[in-house]
Amino acid sequence: MKNLCFALWHYRGFILGSVKREFQSKYRNSMLGAAWTVINPLAMIIVYTVIFSQVMRAKLPDIDTTFAYSIYLCAGILTWGLFAEILGKAQSVFIDNANLLKKVSFPRLCLPIIVVANAVLNFLIIFSLFTLFLAISNNFPGWVYLAVFPVLFINVLFAIGLGITVGVLNVFFRDIGQLFTIILQFWFWLTPIIYPISIIPESLRVYVELNPMVNIISAYQTILVKGELPQWQGLYMVSALSILLCLIGLSLFRKHSGDMVDEL
Amino acid sequence: MGAITVINLGKAYKQYPTRWSRLLEWVIPFSKPKHHLKWVLQNISFTVNSGEALGIIGINGAGKSTLLKMITGTTQPTTGNVSISGRVAALLELGMGFHPDFTGRQNVFMSGQLLGYTVNDLTRLMPEIEAFAEIGEYIDQPVRVYSSGMQMRLAFSVATAIRPDILIVDEALSVGDAYFQHKSIDRIREYRKQGTTLLIVSHDKLAIQTMCDRAILLDSGVLAKEGDPEEIMDFYNALLADRENGSVQQQQTEDARIQTTSGTGEAVVKEIKLLNEKCEIIDVVDVGEKICLSIEVEVKEAIPELVLGYMIKDRLGQSIYGTNTHHLNSHHENVKKGQLITYNFKFEANLGKGSYSIAVALHSSATHLQKNYEWRNLALVFNVVNLNKSSFVGMNWLPPQTEIIYAE
Repeated sequence: MKNLCFALWHYRGFILGSVKREFQSKYRNSMLGAAWTVINPLAMIIVYTVIFSQVMRAKLPDIDTTFAYSIYLCAGILTWGLFAEILGKAQSVFIDNANLLKKVSFPRLCLPIIVVANAVLNFLIIFSLFTLFLAISNNFPGWVYLAVFPVLFINVLFAIGLGITVGVLNVFFRDIGQLFTIILQFWFWLTPIIYPISIIPESLRVYVELNPMVNIISAYQTILVKGELPQWQGLYMVSALSILLCLIGLSLFRKHSGDMVDEL
Repeated sequence: MGAITVINLGKAYKQYPTRWSRLLEWVIPFSKPKHHLKWVLQNISFTVNSGEALGIIGINGAGKSTLLKMITGTTQPTTGNVSISGRVAALLELGMGFHPDFTGRQNVFMSGQLLGYTVNDLTRLMPEIEAFAEIGEYIDQPVRVYSSGMQMRLAFSVATAIRPDILIVDEALSVGDAYFQHKSIDRIREYRKQGTTLLIVSHDKLAIQTMCDRAILLDSGVLAKEGDPEEIMDFYNALLADRENGSVQQQQTEDARIQTTSGTGEAVVKEIKLLNEKCEIIDVVDVGEKICLSIEVEVKEAIPELVLGYMIKDRLGQSIYGTNTHHLNSHHENVKKGQLITYNFKFEANLGKGSYSIAVALHSSATHLQKNYEWRNLALVFNVVNLNKSSFVGMNWLPPQTEIIYAE
């Protein structure tokens, strides 16, 4: 473990460089260049806010402000986007870099780290735009906003643990990659992101709350929509689960990383 | 620094009868293994001392690349282990980690970091890498506009920017133009002199013989032979010629060299002599002397086509001149059993001073790879001396007409 950390530290330059490169490569040959990193998420936020608040006049049942539903939507969709991006890329990271893994000897855990760093970077850009929107539209929740960061940390940890586990399994059982794309779709709709949790009948709500993403997403929504601190109890369970998944992922990785190269 | 010790190394790939078997093996606890192991390498043990150069020879699929991958650490061995001291640079595939949309300079940083250099190292080495690659202003152009030769120049320059303790080369040398090939080989030789251990996989006889101190031969996953490069290379050639049947034998000649004989034996060389103009048997030849190589062949079975070839090699085993009766348009067809044939090749020994050997081969069609009746290395050894010609150096005697003009 110590050696692994040391090796990763030695390759920090490679990790940073790769993150920078992947970020740059998306817009490398475009005329507007880096502007697209802002235009894309901005367009998305505008769609959600203008369409839902002005055109459709969608309202949340218990809050009666213009942008409430838009903020509710963004709080869920943007953070789900981070989760989905990490998972989607981590599950295929070893397969996508098969050639590199077979030909060059370097710490393989660099690859999932690059994936996570990239997703977090993209998220921070879009989320700061969203924060800006909150401030401008006079919906900024105040110091409670800081509670977003621990939730974000748990969210990323959960995604990493699950991502590495699925990523390693996917090398040996390629069906898992296909299956996971479908699971992610269902997972999105089974989590109250587009709809409020209140529309689910009381009797079913116990089962819905078994979904760890419900706790995470609703924490964001509580902070950003209501301006209140989230229910920490629910998040303890998710944190424990995340750490467990990370340990499972790492041990799977360590046990099978030798066979992995043979299988690619 | 720079020693490699390989002990009892083996590699097997797991093979599952169906796609579901692996799942069953993983899911059911304490279940019997459902896979069987397919061994591609077994019981490989050798050591390479610091500063030594080892050649690895073998036909495609013999396990050379797998061996190199285990030594560099990309693949885990199934049995045994490899211990290495010092920094390793592997030229297994050049240009790994290059991104087509970024400039050469940016890619140097990226692939350099992948190889374990730090940014400071690379900033310091950049001018030298640029100078060695000699790709001019292309260094600041995206790699996608590079020719494959230019990419390879840059990749080689990065991979070898710092002298490694161990350099592993997998036929990468054959890429690029002749000029850069020389340049890269020079760099490898220079590193060798400074103490780098070299591990090289090649089918190129010359590269192995001139660069390596020792060689090992891999044949279907086992270490078939270890020894002097020339001896191993001869054995390998014999093995190539002999894939169908027949046997390869090596025996020591009187002067302690190893003679390799192989072949199916339908036709054999009965006697081989070197004669002077007076038809006397000689083993010392004067530069430019008219000599005759006389080879007597005995045909033991009726064969449809018979070609005799010979090759004159220098002390290091490098080819000086070789031809065969197919190229000379005098091969035989439908040779009867029991026939004795004497071939006389008359030529002038336009060779430099030194010791030479002759290898002979009896086969069908143009090369000895088709049907190999007999292939005999070091069939004859002779010396060339300079008795009455003006002094010169080199392997060939190319006497010039001298003309010197003084300007008015």
